[in-house]
Amino acid sequence: MATKFEVNGKPVEVEVEPRLTLADCLRHHLRLTGTHVGCEHGVCGACTVLVDGRAVRSCLMLAVQADGAKVVTVEGLSHDEGLTPLQTSFRKHHALQCGFCTPGMITTAHALLSEEPDCDADRVREVLSGNLCRCTGYISIVEAVLDARAAYKKAVP
Amino acid sequence: MKNTFIGASIERREDLRFLRGRGTYVDDLQVPGLLYAVILRSSVAHGRLRSIDTSGALKIEGVHAVITAKDMTSKDYPSGVPIVPMRLQPLPEFQPYEQPVIAHQKVRYVGEPIAVVLASSVAVGEDALEQIAVEIDELPAVATWQVASENQSVLFEATGTNRALTFEARKGDADAAFKEAPYTRRERMRTGRHYGLTMEPRGVMAEWDATNNKLTVSGAAKVPFFNRRILAKQIGLPESAIEMIENDVGGGYGARGEFYPEDFLIPFAAMHVNRPVKWIEDRRENLMAMNHARETEAELEIACQRDGTILALRGEVHTDMGAYMRTNGAVGARNAPQFVTGPYRCPHHKVDSHLWMTNKTPVGTYRGPGRFEGSFYMERLLDMVAADLGIDRVELRRRNLIGKAEHPYKLATAQPTNAHDQTDSGDYEATLDRCLKEFDYADVSKLGGKLIDGRYHGIGVSCFIEGGAAGPKESARLEVNDDGTIMVYMGTASVGQGVETIYAQIAADALEVPIDRIRHVYHGSTGIVSDGYGAYHSRSVVMGGSAVLDATQKFMALLRQAAGKRLGCDESKITLDVDKVIGDGVSLPLKEFVGLTAEGAFLNHKHTYSYGTHAAHITVDARLGQIEIVDYVVVQDVGRAINPLTVRGQVIGSLVQGLGGAVLEDLKYDAQGQFLTGSLADYLLPTASDFPNLRCFVTEDHPSPINPLGAKGAGEGGIVAAGGCMANAVANALQSFGVQPRDLPLSPSAIWQLVQDARKH
Repeated sequence: MATKFEVNGKPVEVEVEPRLTLADCLRHHLRLTGTHVGCEHGVCGACTVLVDGRAVRSCLMLAVQADGAKVVTVEGLSHDEGLTPLQTSFRKHHALQCGFCTPGMITTAHALLSEEPDCDADRVREVLSGNLCRCTGYISIVEAVLDARAAYKKAVP
Repeated sequence: MKNTFIGASIERREDLRFLRGRGTYVDDLQVPGLLYAVILRSSVAHGRLRSIDTSGALKIEGVHAVITAKDMTSKDYPSGVPIVPMRLQPLPEFQPYEQPVIAHQKVRYVGEPIAVVLASSVAVGEDALEQIAVEIDELPAVATWQVASENQSVLFEATGTNRALTFEARKGDADAAFKEAPYTRRERMRTGRHYGLTMEPRGVMAEWDATNNKLTVSGAAKVPFFNRRILAKQIGLPESAIEMIENDVGGGYGARGEFYPEDFLIPFAAMHVNRPVKWIEDRRENLMAMNHARETEAELEIACQRDGTILALRGEVHTDMGAYMRTNGAVGARNAPQFVTGPYRCPHHKVDSHLWMTNKTPVGTYRGPGRFEGSFYMERLLDMVAADLGIDRVELRRRNLIGKAEHPYKLATAQPTNAHDQTDSGDYEATLDRCLKEFDYADVSKLGGKLIDGRYHGIGVSCFIEGGAAGPKESARLEVNDDGTIMVYMGTASVGQGVETIYAQIAADALEVPIDRIRHVYHGSTGIVSDGYGAYHSRSVVMGGSAVLDATQKFMALLRQAAGKRLGCDESKITLDVDKVIGDGVSLPLKEFVGLTAEGAFLNHKHTYSYGTHAAHITVDARLGQIEIVDYVVVQDVGRAINPLTVRGQVIGSLVQGLGGAVLEDLKYDAQGQFLTGSLADYLLPTASDFPNLRCFVTEDHPSPINPLGAKGAGEGGIVAAGGCMANAVANALQSFGVQPRDLPLSPSAIWQLVQDARKH
């Protein structure tokens, strides 16, 4: 099926099987390999992307369902040079080790902070509880997200 | 310039790519002509393989080939189906139990590879799996060590027994000590089946270059040099014709990177069809194909003086090994009886460890192998002893901790591997005291057993040692780049722990150059140093870091020699200043020495022992069996912290894995050997909301005397003591019920059951 959507601000058109997941479409058809696949059953959150601004598990969504949507991946939340304030905070707090869950953490945290720049630690933990990390034990990830709130507060007019 | 990168919390260089989605993991690789492998795995736990009919699968468009054991038993392949040899403890006794790379004649666990489909896409391959007809005559399954010990149904008819071996840990004369002992206590306890689940499932991509007889295997991890040795032998190529490439690796924890059946099957497939082939494990496969670990049951007896002084320990540990002896499968079963005494003095020691083959996924190591299990047993025993003898449980530990003047302290010897081990250095009591202080134990411990707002408060304290720095050797090489920067090439591997940053810190300090002069640290691939030993046993900093130091010395010697000649001055006057080589008032840019390279090594047969104490304050809802952690403190002395930021990451990260094993994680099977926990909704991992209140304090009071950095392996201390500490906290909380946890994990239902059982008595 022909499917058109927008990825990281650019229009794309792909010819895909109806059964292809959005995750596989992004990774293997569009070669945006920053989105990682960790379980394919919606538990681990590594494949989280933003679809029309909302955090979505791209392994549980078909590529054809993205037709007409605006999709943003970790690549779309990154600069060519340097790091964003959220990424800088992750690095400062050592909120990643092997890096495999990290893109899902960044997309999820970005969606949360964009909506709720005043969220507290409990809220951060609640939202991030849908993203599994096996390396860090989460303490540093929560610290990093809390520390990045200031940047999102400023962004809101 | 005099640097102080060692000891500084340098932000990691790896992060710049990971945070922007620019890491390259094996599934991110794509090459022209690539075929995708999917694997048909046994759905039967134990049976005779009668026939495999692949004709239906081959009719599907896009299916290129289906590989079975038949392809390895033809006249082109006279040596038959290859066997995966053991890497550690390769005893002849284990050989009959080693795993063929693909099932033939028998299947022995749910998940054992039976056929490999090569297709134009993963989806087509998975369609084809459903068209393969397999006939298996089922045999009675052996799903527990107890059933295995009956030897009614045996997995390997050739040996006639399900017991692969018994390790014997010995010291002194335990039986004599027990005869004289004024106090003894015997307990039966068990630990659940866990595994080192990595967030990135395993994967292999193999490319066969028939023109140049060159095999390239991507997806290597942990021990690429050793795995190349195995593969070369199995596949009939010289090692020099195989290149193992380590990509970014999404977690290791002991499980990833060992040689698995797929590490043969995918390269074999690529050569078989003369096309590049990639296989990426899905999560369900990962749960049943990656090494399991930890499932043990122990019956241990402790003997003490009335004042609590430990006299002796004896008993038996039974390990459920699963269906085959895999590369490092014996490590946990060997460590548990040997290291059960942990940081405590024990003059007489006699523990047997039986290895039972069962129809389950084979076991391997998982962070703190055998040590998590042993610590749980010992720490539970100590709390029971303290209560029996009326001694404060912290005081009991204090009386038995190995003293700082007693190092090196000899631990029990494990036979038949003749494994001697001894501690290196440390003041174990000092980390206990620091932990009690940070935890405010004097006040907090008063809450133990109290019911407040419907929840019982419990306190647990556990001390540990963590073995690290396995030898025999590690290599590092430095080379000058054409831009005057320096490259570092390592024989160790990355499993996500941050070695690129750590080695850059060590190299820059030793060369006295700014850290950005170290352009990149390469690791884990076979083409970059002459030999390498990899990433396990918390060895990367001690072994790899010490090799970097040696390489920097050799590098400077060569540079002085070369620069002395060119600058016409004495070698001793040559210094390196950022990007210039200076001697006697004249200088040359370092880039003039492009290609200058020096390889260094560190050889060592002794182990480091970092050490410390855990303290937990939990609350338990006795009606729901649910646990909450109010505060948890780990103090660990690591000898010397190269990067405090990443050490903290290791301690907290391993602690949370340990807490998962203490209260959540359990791989379950039914009596027929069917696997019951095939998704992440069944095998529960800790999430961000489970354990919010964890603190760690890293000390560097006692550098290790056995390496020039003074560092000690520090990747496992967080996990080792977590099971015992949590179980002791639960016992302390529920003391009014007389509850004694003897099994992990302490899931809500397990705790609820303990309370119900206690009420009946």
